[in-house]
Amino acid sequence: MAIQILMPALSPTMEEGTLAKWLVKEGDTVQSGDIMAEIETDKATMEFEAVDEGVIGKILVAEGTEGVAVNTAIAVLLEDGEDASATADATPAPTEQAPVEETPTVSTPAQAIASVDIPMEDIPEGTTFTSTTVREALRDAMAEEMRANEKVFLMGEEVAQYQGAYKVSQGLLDEFGDKRVIDTPITEHGFTGLAVGAAFGGLNPIVEFMTFNFAMQAMDHIINSAAKTLYMSGGQMGCPIVFRGTNGAASRVGAQHSQCYAAWYAQIPGLKVVMPYSAADAKGLLKSAIRDPNPVIFLENEMIYGTSFDVPDLEDFTVPIGKAKIWRAGDDVTLVSFGIGMKYALEAADRLADEGISAEVIDLRSLRPIDYDTLINSVKKTNRCVTIEEGFPVASIGNHLSATIMERAFDYLDAPVINCTGKDVPMPYAANLEKLALVTTDEVMAAVKQVTYR
Amino acid sequence: MAAKKPAQKTNTSGEELIEHYKKMLMIRRFEEKAGQLYGMGVIGGFCHLYIGQEAVVVGLEASAKEGDSRLTSYRDHAHMLACGMDPKGVMAELTGRSGGYSRGKGGSMHMFSAEKRFYGGHGIVAAQVPIGTGLAFAEKYNGTDNVSFTYFGDGAANQGQVYEAFNMASLWKLPVVFVIENNQYAMGTSLQRASSSPELHTRGHAFMIESEAVDGMDVLAVKEAGERAVAHCRAGNGPYILGVKTYRYRGHSMSDPAKYRTREEVQKVKTERDPIDHVREMLEQGKHATTEELKAIDKDIKKVVSEAADFAQTSPEPSLDELYTDILR
Repeated sequence: MAIQILMPALSPTMEEGTLAKWLVKEGDTVQSGDIMAEIETDKATMEFEAVDEGVIGKILVAEGTEGVAVNTAIAVLLEDGEDASATADATPAPTEQAPVEETPTVSTPAQAIASVDIPMEDIPEGTTFTSTTVREALRDAMAEEMRANEKVFLMGEEVAQYQGAYKVSQGLLDEFGDKRVIDTPITEHGFTGLAVGAAFGGLNPIVEFMTFNFAMQAMDHIINSAAKTLYMSGGQMGCPIVFRGTNGAASRVGAQHSQCYAAWYAQIPGLKVVMPYSAADAKGLLKSAIRDPNPVIFLENEMIYGTSFDVPDLEDFTVPIGKAKIWRAGDDVTLVSFGIGMKYALEAADRLADEGISAEVIDLRSLRPIDYDTLINSVKKTNRCVTIEEGFPVASIGNHLSATIMERAFDYLDAPVINCTGKDVPMPYAANLEKLALVTTDEVMAAVKQVTYR
Repeated sequence: MAAKKPAQKTNTSGEELIEHYKKMLMIRRFEEKAGQLYGMGVIGGFCHLYIGQEAVVVGLEASAKEGDSRLTSYRDHAHMLACGMDPKGVMAELTGRSGGYSRGKGGSMHMFSAEKRFYGGHGIVAAQVPIGTGLAFAEKYNGTDNVSFTYFGDGAANQGQVYEAFNMASLWKLPVVFVIENNQYAMGTSLQRASSSPELHTRGHAFMIESEAVDGMDVLAVKEAGERAVAHCRAGNGPYILGVKTYRYRGHSMSDPAKYRTREEVQKVKTERDPIDHVREMLEQGKHATTEELKAIDKDIKKVVSEAADFAQTSPEPSLDELYTDILR
């Protein structure tokens, strides 16, 4: 029986890739372990090895084909004694559904979110835009700031020679050399403390955590050493440092790699905390973070690294820390979110519009300081609010926003504020349970229906 | 503790010895005064005194040059005085007044001086070790020949981050002098009860870091070891570890009942190995100072300390709006 060779998933979040090159041709005999093809993902080009032995009966996807979905049949392998006619049985095979395929109402993260109704504040008229992934925007921000200030350097695990575990620092080693793009040993507590010392010593470190889950090992230096020293020194000793990296759930990586730390860091005086959603905000906020004289926690999300957004073609585009952005104006309800939560907020707003509910969508972008005024002014207009985030529900950002709205706009509320959050459980591995543990657009829809009494 | 050493004849000049003597005596009198003010309730919170360990920081500061940085744990008053910070500002910080180095917002354990490159004052045991390594990283990055003096105790030497710092310091050849101030008790736990090996200077061997054991009750021995360490670092050879054996006379903090050692043990060190007596003997035997001159020094120091204590009690408390300043720049 001929064996279908399927497009492999080469990372937890990969949904499609480019079949860059075939290294075998039809009629070749392959052994298990032979390299058959090179496959390019948004992170890297990887070799694809044969698992079974046999003869390549037919190549179904030509080299150079882009956007080949995971699990698409790309070739047929003939077993001993079979001939090419056996491939007829194998060819048509519909693409198998990936187990984490999302519901039809939810767009895939690889697609650009419609940007028609996104106002780009403070951008001169006539500015052109380039569609850029969040990943590229982050890299561009670091590169621009490193060009502008030689005290800025990047340090972390696999940031240099490997080009970044998530390819965010791609190309930086080539441009800036190993003095300024530094691979560290796996030693979060140590290199975080070292970077804090370098900041005290007058440098401007960017520390990349492969994920913020690993930064728990370095928590003492982030909080006790970086955030508190300015105060404890009576204003003498500042710590201009950026801690950045992926935060929150990726896909199927289990409880220890999936936590959102937004609420944790947002609690600490002495830190600034930002969590961008779009590529433009990622770029503009990271540039501001690098220039900031204070320690800045910069929370990214692996699931949106590959998402493209329009980024203005400006020589020096920055976004101020502490300023929220209204993505779309609306009258019936305020949806407030940040980071990947914006994906659910915007999708819900689209669907609500179809049902005649006009939602105002606010991206906080910064979680310390929080732009309370933008939120409160919106709630005073809409009289209803739903908060959306992926983190745990207890002592969440949404809880804090609810309390603030109650204090500052109680008389304007026509319904209690509802917090849509991740569930109060360690992240499960099983695909169906993981989906259940995360906040969904459906939950946002249900919350809006509740606060609008529909 | 080794038997009492005879006062040595060295190449050290009388002038230099007098400088060491003054600095060590200043530290002792300052700490005694701090202990007194604590007892009066003028100083709050924790207060960790350095009495008995004076030769360590004074010897090492004698090997430092302009532009070097230093940082240590919460037992930090002496390090500040030794690098030239004003006793008034230190004492006023202990009393939580606006004239303190941190304007009253740091306290005994959290003081800094950007001017003197004193980077704390760290309340979390061993946190200063990676930070000091980072200061050395900045020196190398900036291409200076300055070094970072990173002090920590025998207790801190068992923290994992020390070895993370050792690894990077050696891997990247960073100019950091790691000074392990082994006063033999991590709070109430003796070295023997906490450390699998009592030879703390060997703790860097796995990371290929050069090191030596130093008699921390002998200021000249400390200074000479410091000079070797500093020369090694300035020449770009990477870090150096000094395992300095010393002794703390007072409790871990002011609230320490000291049940973990005998009074006799403490008394024996005081009479046989006191670092200040050691220098005084050298001064007298070398005829570098007369009894009257030594008395005059003592008097001068008492005056400075007394003025610091007065300042610390008359300097106003920080104004209430200071609560919300210095959180961000």
